[in-house]
Amino acid sequence: MSGHRQPLLMLAVAAVGVALPFVIPDYRAQIAMLWALVIMAQTWDITGGQTGYNSFGNILFFGVGMYASVVVQRDVGLDFFPGLVLGMVVGAGIAAALAVLLGSMILRMRGHYFAIATLGLGIAAGEIAGGWDYLGAGSGLSPPLFPAPPGTANLFFAYLYFGVAALVFVALAALYRTRFGLALNAIRDNEDKAEAMGLHTGVYKVTAWTMAAFVLGLVGGAMGNMLGFVDPRDTAFAGATFGVWMVLMAILGGKGTLWGPVLGAVIFHITQELLWTHLLGWQRVALGVIIVGIVVFFPQGILGWARTRWPARHEHQGHGSERA
Amino acid sequence: MSAQLTIEGATKRFGGITANEDISLEVPEGRIVGLIGPNGSGKSTLFNSVVGYHPVDGGSIRFEGREITRLRTAEIARLGLIRTFQQTHVFVQMTGLQNMAISDAEAGHGLFQLMRPVSAETRERAEALLAFCGLYGKRHLMAGELSFGQRKLLELAMALMVRPRMLLLDEPTAGINPTLINGVIERLQRANREFGVTLFVIEHNMRVIMSLAEHIHCLAHGRLLASGPPEALRNDRRVIDAYLGAR
Ligand SMILES: Nc1ncnc2c1ncn2[C@@H]1O[C@H](COP(=O)(O)OP(=O)(O)OP(=O)(O)O)[C@@H](O)[C@H]1O
Ligand SMILES: [Mg+2]
Repeated sequence: MSGHRQPLLMLAVAAVGVALPFVIPDYRAQIAMLWALVIMAQTWDITGGQTGYNSFGNILFFGVGMYASVVVQRDVGLDFFPGLVLGMVVGAGIAAALAVLLGSMILRMRGHYFAIATLGLGIAAGEIAGGWDYLGAGSGLSPPLFPAPPGTANLFFAYLYFGVAALVFVALAALYRTRFGLALNAIRDNEDKAEAMGLHTGVYKVTAWTMAAFVLGLVGGAMGNMLGFVDPRDTAFAGATFGVWMVLMAILGGKGTLWGPVLGAVIFHITQELLWTHLLGWQRVALGVIIVGIVVFFPQGILGWARTRWPARHEHQGHGSERA
Repeated sequence: MSAQLTIEGATKRFGGITANEDISLEVPEGRIVGLIGPNGSGKSTLFNSVVGYHPVDGGSIRFEGREITRLRTAEIARLGLIRTFQQTHVFVQMTGLQNMAISDAEAGHGLFQLMRPVSAETRERAEALLAFCGLYGKRHLMAGELSFGQRKLLELAMALMVRPRMLLLDEPTAGINPTLINGVIERLQRANREFGVTLFVIEHNMRVIMSLAEHIHCLAHGRLLASGPPEALRNDRRVIDAYLGAR
């Protein structure tokens, strides 16, 4: 993955993304979910990997996007597609605003304290949504029906999520090459030093989290429509599934790297699709085993492990002169 | 001789310990001033108070005529008052060049100023300063892979990258290979002379501080014990006793 191989790899992934829904048309729903998971892992890594601020509450932004989008579709009275787009944008905006608000408060706390503070966010949001009639309370909301034959919905969402994932990837690749990317890494490595050098650490942390929140709002905004129902705990603020997965996927692939979260999401999703249905009720246990396995055997993720295994390659990537 | 940094009656307590008690001193612009004292006499604490790392319990601190007592670390740093750490703090998972690039205050620390790749100017200045500190050949290494002494030098290079008005250096030669210490002294003197940076230096190595500083303050048990030119302090009975008493 040195400087010149990077664009090739991106092209290859893009080609796969474009072709996949037609190569294996029976799996369009899973393909859409795959790209959604890739985005979740990528955005989690902005704070978790690059900045060293592990958040266990990013599911909040996903759920807010999901609710906002379906409410907009319900109340604004637009056609399906304009309504969906507006809903996604509104959801992303609210999620971003929430990140600014919450971030200004809890991102003052260093590392572990921040992580603990984020633990309750998704749960609290689920409780609020579950008791709020405007949001359908405990029974949630039903998105409008997709205005085309059933098979095409999944095709649409597969390309929608692929498009967003590709955009996010390119945007993050560019972002991590700026001095802002370096500032996030500086906070991760030594926040005291970053402050001693005059960096506006608080502003950068909130900005990073807000970027993640905005994109997660978009992802959630389309997910309600794709899954066909918005439930406070099972889909929107699904901390035990999406919420944990996004952390897990980023760590599995290698946090703090550009490709790690992508790789982690792909491996996680495929494994899950192959094994999950056979596990019958043991899924939670399996998930626990996977978490322990990753933390014990791959604390640096697959890419981190590969770098220690073949340091010469990493020489070219991490130390590449193009980054500094 | 105008004072660039003025400390008046600085007092700092940690629970029952009074780490700094009523310390008043000045650092004139453009000079090299030393701060010595036995282990635990409160030198690092005084630096931490000056740069806003922790608030003082009493007294006031002024930098270039401006009250900075209640400012936060990053705000003080942006005034051009930069400190280095006794234990050396660098960004370990970033390369030497990246450490330098993020330290470039001239390229800006504002959100929008940061949203672009490292400029050619930043890179050139970074390379020149790395060369100045003898680290040019290691510029692509992760800072965490450098030796302790090399990290100290990188920290100095990063501080110079800010184009600071004044540097507070906490034991810049501690842990550095004795054969390299003269190189550090010479670099500090050149930074002072060529870049016009005022230096306020904590140092345990007497030989270093005697040859570097024009004026020295000595702390003992959190109080200012004596001040004067190196020769005067070297022969000061109280200073000798403080050091002997502590050993
Ligand atoms: N954050 C802190 N919390 C509690 N006590 C502290 C703290 N920082 C310093 N002290 C105490 O204050 C006193 C002065 O410490 P300081 O580090 O300023 O000494 P120093 O002169 O820099 O010593 P050295 O030469 O060993 O670096 C010591 O007794 C130390 O234990
Ligand atoms: Mg000290």
